[in-house]
Amino acid sequence: MFDFLDGYDVLGAFWMTVKLTALSALGSLVWGTLLAAMRVSPVPLMRGFGTAYVNIVRNIPLTVIIVFTSLGLADIFGVTMGASDDFPLQGFRLAVLGLTAYTAAFVCEALRSGINTVPPGQAEAARAIGLSFSQVLGLVVLPQAFRSVIGPLANVLIALTKNTTVAAAIGVAEAASLMKTMIENEAQLLLIGAVFAFGFVVLTLPTGLALGWLSKRLAVKR
Amino acid sequence: MTSVLYDTPGPRAKQRNVVLTIVFFVLLALFLWWIWRTMDDKGQLKWALWEPFTTSQAWTTYLLPGLANTMKAAALSMVIALPLGALLGIARLSDHRWVRVPTGAVVEFFRSIPVLLLMLFAAAFYVSSTDISSESRPLYAVVTGLVLYNASVLAEIVRAGILSLPKGQTEAALAVGLRKGQTMTNVLLPQAVTVMLPAIVSQLVVIVKDTALGGVMLNFTELLNARSTLAANYANVIPSFIVVAAIFIVINFLITTFASWLEGKLRRGKKSTGVVLGAAAVGGTEAAGAGGSI
Repeated sequence: MFDFLDGYDVLGAFWMTVKLTALSALGSLVWGTLLAAMRVSPVPLMRGFGTAYVNIVRNIPLTVIIVFTSLGLADIFGVTMGASDDFPLQGFRLAVLGLTAYTAAFVCEALRSGINTVPPGQAEAARAIGLSFSQVLGLVVLPQAFRSVIGPLANVLIALTKNTTVAAAIGVAEAASLMKTMIENEAQLLLIGAVFAFGFVVLTLPTGLALGWLSKRLAVKR
Repeated sequence: MTSVLYDTPGPRAKQRNVVLTIVFFVLLALFLWWIWRTMDDKGQLKWALWEPFTTSQAWTTYLLPGLANTMKAAALSMVIALPLGALLGIARLSDHRWVRVPTGAVVEFFRSIPVLLLMLFAAAFYVSSTDISSESRPLYAVVTGLVLYNASVLAEIVRAGILSLPKGQTEAALAVGLRKGQTMTNVLLPQAVTVMLPAIVSQLVVIVKDTALGGVMLNFTELLNARSTLAANYANVIPSFIVVAAIFIVINFLITTFASWLEGKLRRGKKSTGVVLGAAAVGGTEAAGAGGSI
């Protein structure tokens, strides 16, 4: 029944999806945290940059960003991410770059809302007992902020997992691109659809359940 | 300025802020300078490449038809997904287990797989099983994918909207003798719709953005697809990307602004119960589910 799978590297395609997700998640966590730090910083120029970045990037379709990394960044600006003659690798790295740039805007917003959930009185109290800025941030505000944004960040991660399919637009051999090829060559449409849908359910559902459980467990009860 | 993170700056903090501003400004300026110089080197700043956008031809031939298709697909998806989503959302709240559980499974399923997969599947399905003409097939496929996904997201919004209403509403309705169906249609749903209107409007942004998938993967002639035809004609890759991105930003910014205006208006309104599902509710109404529609 499943002999239509012969000759196709389905697991390899999903492994590519997982790699895209993991690297972009890491990248957007770092870049998103930096953006969030800028948005809450006392420097108006940084705040302005953070706000502009988030509002611009959130409103551009991810597809436009990914296609731009290939046709604009690589072809015109010469940004080949250190893989100028290895096209599959270049496509992969560009996709990670695009996904990171896009997802970071959502990570930033999630983190910022997390910082806002901490009552100002706590920081005031921390300052009153003589803690320095970094102590206030590191010991009082951020631990609470991070615990309250696990739920929203889990949603961003799940959305990112699904969004990695857009990388197919620039020829990265991940799940959606393999599904397209298989649909064109095989007659088993329903079964192919079911296999790939199942793959994504397997990837996203446990993530959602595990992080949802974690966020309920770790949330600061107020 | 009251913030969790910092106090009103004293002399030293003010000095530090000035230094930070200067350092950040220099970094930003260097980055922008690099962009400008590279574009100049590659000839992407030449007026000839930007000029098409000042003539009507580029707009009437490429951009406006593309934009019209984008809007058409988005509007169609919204109009179909909304009643379907409402139905699914209500069914998920049903007292009957045999309605509630299958609906829940359907909603969770379509929420957890990527829209692109749904679109690709729909496109192939229309080729193999229907006789829809090949030129309208991409639109059908895009709308099908968007409807299946967004109906299940909207179902969660509707469910959250109904659950956000005070319990007394249902109790009072049942007490005056309304049946369950009447309670839903006459009491709960009208209020829930007001509560979740901002969330529904901001879901439109997601739909508008997702139409671009059809342009690259299904050859649907929406805005992003129109861009590549335009760039092939005028050889203006970067300018065309900038213009198309700007159009998307303006449209989505208007939708977002409208949604938050609506949210503020509803919050201030006297008739509402005070709860409003804002734009943030779209992200994930249930932490456990495979939410996240960005």
